[in-house]
Amino acid sequence: MEDKKQRMKAYWRRNIKIVLTLVAIWFIVSFGFGILLVEPLNAFRLGGFKLGFWFAQQGSIFSFVILIFIYVYKMNRLDEEFDVNEK
Amino acid sequence: MDILTWTYILVGLSFALYIGIAIYTRASSTKEFYTAGGGVSPLANGMATAADWMSAASFISMAGIIAFSGYDGSVYLMGWTGGYVLLALLLAPYLRKFGKFTVPDFVGDRYYSNQAKVVAVFCALFISFTYVAGQMRGVGIVFSRYLEVDINTGVIIGMAIVFFYAVLGGMKGITYTQVAQYCVLIFAFMVPAIFVSIQLTGNFLPQLGLGGTVEGGEYLLDKLDGVLGDLGFAEYTSGRKPMIDIFAITLALMVGTAGLPHVIVRFFTVPRVKDARLSAGYALVFIAILYTTAPAVAAFGIYNAIDTVAGKSVDQLPQWVSNWQQTNLIAVDDKNANGVVDYTPNPETNELNIDKDIMVLAAPEIAKLPNWVVGLVAAGGMAAALSTAAGLLLVISTSVSRDLFRTFVPSMTEKTELIIARVSAAGAVLVAGYFGVNPPGFVAEVVAFAFGLAAASFFPVIIMGIFSTRMNKEGAIAGMIAGLTITLGYIIYFKFIHPESNSSEHWWFGISPEGFGSVGMAVNFVSCFIVSKFTPPPPQKVQDMIQEIRIPRGAGSAHDH
Repeated sequence: MEDKKQRMKAYWRRNIKIVLTLVAIWFIVSFGFGILLVEPLNAFRLGGFKLGFWFAQQGSIFSFVILIFIYVYKMNRLDEEFDVNEK
Repeated sequence: MDILTWTYILVGLSFALYIGIAIYTRASSTKEFYTAGGGVSPLANGMATAADWMSAASFISMAGIIAFSGYDGSVYLMGWTGGYVLLALLLAPYLRKFGKFTVPDFVGDRYYSNQAKVVAVFCALFISFTYVAGQMRGVGIVFSRYLEVDINTGVIIGMAIVFFYAVLGGMKGITYTQVAQYCVLIFAFMVPAIFVSIQLTGNFLPQLGLGGTVEGGEYLLDKLDGVLGDLGFAEYTSGRKPMIDIFAITLALMVGTAGLPHVIVRFFTVPRVKDARLSAGYALVFIAILYTTAPAVAAFGIYNAIDTVAGKSVDQLPQWVSNWQQTNLIAVDDKNANGVVDYTPNPETNELNIDKDIMVLAAPEIAKLPNWVVGLVAAGGMAAALSTAAGLLLVISTSVSRDLFRTFVPSMTEKTELIIARVSAAGAVLVAGYFGVNPPGFVAEVVAFAFGLAAASFFPVIIMGIFSTRMNKEGAIAGMIAGLTITLGYIIYFKFIHPESNSSEHWWFGISPEGFGSVGMAVNFVSCFIVSKFTPPPPQKVQDMIQEIRIPRGAGSAHDH
């Protein structure tokens, strides 16, 4: 019983770590690249886009989609590792 | 065939489809009425969520708003997509595991208090009603624009359709109708966008076309910057609002998205926790298809408008300009009688006024596409407005039948509850329709604030309810009330009491009322934290429940007590 509690604590810690990492990236691509650093990034170009503008109108959205699928993948693996996955 | 005939045919066909689906999938139990029986596949739920989420405003107006605000329009693009990351990572899986039917359900159980539940019901009703009133008006405008009936007749037709499938089908009917509506609206949005992109930039994908080159080999965005600059406007790709306000509005929209009850409730309809995560991913893919196309439609639209109208001779304007002049969506007035359309930032001398909605509505004509494409865009606009209205009406009816009646009359049978749910859905349609026909002057304004209010009320208490075992009912109630009061107070002060002082020098920290939900959210977090420090921790039973919802296994379908 105590052992199970410890395992669940460990599971939750790993979960929090995954979530925090992904939320940090979420913040960087949108608020970071798209807003706070938009002017310095606009000095660089991505084809016909200024880079900061691209992040604000396209890049951040593509990143959001990728982030969720990374989360799905990582959590499914974590659930299996700790044997809390659904059948 | 002419445009009007095509519109009637395509709109009529799409309505027949929705009604057919509604009859086929009607709900027979409260579980089906509230959460579609909990057996929706993640892919179908993702599509339904996308249709539920994208309203008439996303479909018709957003591209135009971006066209006229350039970089500043990014707040909507990031704000209305980024919230799904928060939903997927912080809310959806845990709320799915919790396994009841509504957001107030969660608040009431997690904070072991009917008081907290009632505060949550109040917030949910307030947010949903302000939002749905705007949608019904949107339905009316779309109808009147395409079917040439007046706006009020349009609202009533819209009410009749929504009434039919929301009241009959409940969540089950709505879900499968929304899947069909998503297909209609995305097809209708993409077809003109792809053709315009090919014509302007030679690129098949609008997303790439936005970064492509126009005639003469210059990049589209650079050329736009240059042309707008020559006319005296701000550059397209640079910001005009202060950075702090852009930051605050984006945050409020993102967090508000994650706190909107009609979005959250969609994740109760899938069978498992892992489906809830995956479903949020699918939802964002389906949303992103439209949201990454919209900035391209915006840039193409403003480029085309300037290229074909501004600085041109008044009597040699293209055909679409005179078509849309009749609806007042575009107005040309040669004030100085020099025979040329002068387009300037100065309202005194400007001779060209373009309504934002024209960027999507007139795109098929500007691109000289066949008449059936115009009819298709009409059907798409209606799909967008109807799907969102139906989702909101369901939240309202659930709040009344389940969160209020079931809480205070627990002995009620399921059959009675289902009748109450249907009656309140019907009542909600009527109230929404009333506001659609007699819009209070502030409806359009208030819809944007629904996000701020959701951000300031629900988001923090749900997050704390999952990620903190120490958060108690005193903290949650104080947080919701403090967040909602300060946000509402700020909005009312600047929008209704002193609208003349609604400018950046009077705002706190330079944050506009649109972005103030971010501050409200922070106030909510701080007050619930402080109050919970000085009040007793939640009972052991609740702490055990929190541990339980953190683990996926054993979710089962959404259950009733």
